[in-house]
This record gives sequence, structure tokens and C-alpha cells, in this order.
Amino acid sequence: MNMLHTVNKSPFENYTVSSCISMCAKDSSILFIEDGVISVMKSTKFSEIIESALKNFKVYALKPDLDARGLSLNNVIEGVEIVGYEEFVDLTTEHDSVQSWL
Amino acid sequence: MSEDVITKKFMYVNRKSPYGTIYALEALEVVLITAAFDQDVSLTFIDDGVYQLMKDQKTEGIGMKNFSSTYSALGDYEIKKIFIDKESLEERGLSLSDLQELVWEDEDEDYVEKNSINLVSRSELSEIMNKQDVVLSF
Repeated sequence: MNMLHTVNKSPFENYTVSSCISMCAKDSSILFIEDGVISVMKSTKFSEIIESALKNFKVYALKPDLDARGLSLNNVIEGVEIVGYEEFVDLTTEHDSVQSWL
Repeated sequence: MSEDVITKKFMYVNRKSPYGTIYALEALEVVLITAAFDQDVSLTFIDDGVYQLMKDQKTEGIGMKNFSSTYSALGDYEIKKIFIDKESLEERGLSLSDLQELVWEDEDEDYVEKNSINLVSRSELSEIMNKQDVVLSF
């Protein structure tokens, strides 16, 4: 079983990102959307959490949400894959199930 | 009857990222309304609120209105006091150069443009906040 976790909250707002990562099982993926995309930026207080998550999971971030917030793709943590809505759909079908963290 | 206008010090505290919730846009609307009543208005951006002023916001992909250019109109509404929390920028790996510039025109000095943005520490912000008559949080 592999699960796609989606996170839509800023890591500065609550503990969703940490909870999600701590409950991710092997072969899971994490997709950051909406305010969640703040999580994948370099040099923030939470960058290390994502960098260590990358050792165990695939991490994705939704480009339209990065663009909307003026977050430059150049400042995204290396190893995080940038995806669009079409790949978002692909990810949901490629995984056995989706857990939308709220 | 006296027609003295009562002027109060209003501070709007913005703490949320711009598009994930409606707070940022609603705050901006309320700020412009208050300014129309000739009040002493200041805006503070702390925590994720600093993302509201990011340059190069492009919202076509998410199908939402890009209201980031509206902040540059604040100067025309005589809103000259914008406070940005230094610590909030730092913990996000950001600096003032990542944010748009905001100015107001000084009519006493031949409409020369002056900077509205003040980078302040938490302790300075605490002092400024403590002097307000009304603080509204978004």
C-alpha cells in the first residue's frame, strides 16, 4: 500500500506538516498545496524537516500555488519535485489512497 | 454643536498568507474603508502575514484575483505607516528585498515619494501596538 498525503497549511500555522511526516509510511508521497507550499522553501525555520523527509519519501509541491504566493522556484529545497494540476491528478491515481491533511 | 472629528489610532495586524484564506483580502478592504474616515491607520505584517507583500505574485494558475498591487495604493489613502516584523522575515528566509516597495507622496515637499515601510523588531512592535486605540487582527 502506498499513500499520497496532501498538506494545505503553512508549517508556521500549526503542526500539520510534522504530524503528516511522522505518520508517513514507507513508499508514501507528500504533496504540498495551497499555503502548504511554504513548507518546501529553503532557509526557513522548517526547511530541515522537509530535507530529512526527502530521505524517506517523495515530496512534491504544486506550482500554481508557489507562483500565486510569489515563491520563486529557485528557492525550493533541492529534491522537491514541482508539479502542475495534471500531475496532481496522476499522483492521486498512482497511489492506492489519498490522505488530505486539514 | 462642535464638528470636531475624533481621530483614533487604528492598527491592522496581518498574520496570514494571502490566498489560503480570505483574511488578507478582507483586511485590505476594511483598511481602505477606515482610511476614508480620516483615521490614523497603520498596518502591521507579522508571521505568515509577511507573505502578503511578496513581489511577483502570479495568480492565474489558481484562478484567484491577484490583489497584491492594491497595497501600493495605500499611500494614496494617506496610510504611511507599514510595520514589518524583522523576526518573521528571518524565520522564513526572507528579506525586505523580497517584498514590494510601498511609498506615499508628501504634499508639503512637492509630492516627493517617501518610504512607508518600517522594519521593526518584536519589542519595537510591542511598544507601537501598546499605543493604539484600536487593534484589529486578521
